[in-house]
Amino acid sequence: MTTIRTPTGDPSPVLGPNPQTVESLDGYLAAGGYRPCPDTGALLDRVAAADLRGRGGAGFPAATKLRSVRDRGGTPVVVANGEEGEPGSAKDRWLMRARPHLVLDGLALAAAITGADRGYVYLSDAVAAERIRQALAERDPGLPVSVLRTEHAYVAGEETAVVRRIDGGPALPTAKPPRPFERGVGGAPTLVANVETLARLALLSRYRDGAATTALVTLSGGPRHPLLTEVRYGTPLRTLAELHGVPQPRAVLMGGLFGGLLDPDRLELRLDQAELASAGSGLGCGAIRFLDADECPVAITADALELLAAESSRQCGVCVSGTRAMAETLSALATGVCGTEGTANLARWSRGLPGRGACGLLDAAARLAGSLLAHFPELVAAHLRRPCPTCAATPPDSGRRLHVPAPDIAPGAQRLTAIDRPHTTPGARGTARATLSPTSG
Amino acid sequence: MKLLLDSTLCQGYGLCQEHAPALVDLDEWGYAQILAAQPAADQEPAARAAVEACPNRALRLER
Repeated sequence: MTTIRTPTGDPSPVLGPNPQTVESLDGYLAAGGYRPCPDTGALLDRVAAADLRGRGGAGFPAATKLRSVRDRGGTPVVVANGEEGEPGSAKDRWLMRARPHLVLDGLALAAAITGADRGYVYLSDAVAAERIRQALAERDPGLPVSVLRTEHAYVAGEETAVVRRIDGGPALPTAKPPRPFERGVGGAPTLVANVETLARLALLSRYRDGAATTALVTLSGGPRHPLLTEVRYGTPLRTLAELHGVPQPRAVLMGGLFGGLLDPDRLELRLDQAELASAGSGLGCGAIRFLDADECPVAITADALELLAAESSRQCGVCVSGTRAMAETLSALATGVCGTEGTANLARWSRGLPGRGACGLLDAAARLAGSLLAHFPELVAAHLRRPCPTCAATPPDSGRRLHVPAPDIAPGAQRLTAIDRPHTTPGARGTARATLSPTSG
Repeated sequence: MKLLLDSTLCQGYGLCQEHAPALVDLDEWGYAQILAAQPAADQEPAARAAVEACPNRALRLER
């Protein structure tokens, strides 16, 4: 079960006032949704001025991507990418389940900006697919939109995998170039945009400020249920750790599996793309795991590498061999049978493997291994000397512990009460503890 | 000119490296690794030979 918390004091334009219920068409229209957009150029300027970044993981400027697709020539295709491959993230599934009209509004606006004549909603989550279909039946978005379900896989949401799957192939990445904006679905210039990015585009069309100043984040680790919330960019990691009840984490697993590990001395880092990048990390899709005392950074890295090795699409030989080699070495480190040759290999692979696969999976794996060595040298050295009891108590389980379930939300209107969760302990200073929970069910 | 490798096609035959050792290396598993993505003018014949040598057409040259 994943908890949803609306922040107090901070704006939460995407989470909205009632994140536990499905937003109806009437509710969305009453909130100002589906307004006509007579001047798409002005909207694009606003997207650029707000510095809206892609929320799928790469953080690419949305305005640049929209412009590239629009200016490519031909009739583009737009895709709302809701395939949430990162195991630690639940925000995209929540968004499509709870606010399908917000996503479809954003998709229609993206089509208006780029001149696209058709759209897709691409996802694996069955509940979300049903909600999107219902929303399409309630209101014609003014654009032919197909809902395309794929099998869930770590790489299935990678943009070239999305294009390949829509074109009838397997949901596996292809070598780049070409990128989808150059040659995408059916050869047409294609915008593949994360569903949260599209939601923010829709919000930007009617609010001048605020729609791009926050990010949905999924927090996990520690004794509590995973938490979905919305926070301002610039929020320090320490604030999030306290909010999630792990005020003194042993380590922070950033960006799903894409941002590597950070050590506790870096909790002052803020949710800021440039600041995190300068620390060798990244926000990615906003999935952050705070490792409590019961989790060892070595065990988590070994487990994450096992997951990535299993999720390799097995197209690039270097990815198959590289992820397997790193996973095996980390497993040896976790069980106390790794020598200095193993850690030297890990260091070499973490430097040499990034950029060599067709997609970013190998990069994520290398960054994880490299960040463990860089930020936890004494811990790694201790694992060379003797077996770690925490690692022994938490053997790799193909990354199952890293999975965060999508929050359950009520299909209809539902009365909400603010209650304190019983196992919530005081921690976050100045943060209200109220959690929205359904009164029944 | 750019020398591009499609990693999904590289099967580790290693013939590219024989033709262009200054441009392509083989990693410990035998897969090609581009050393110089933008070959100098005098390296272009070697780059072309590497591209043509690949049985799986994993390499290409682009302007």
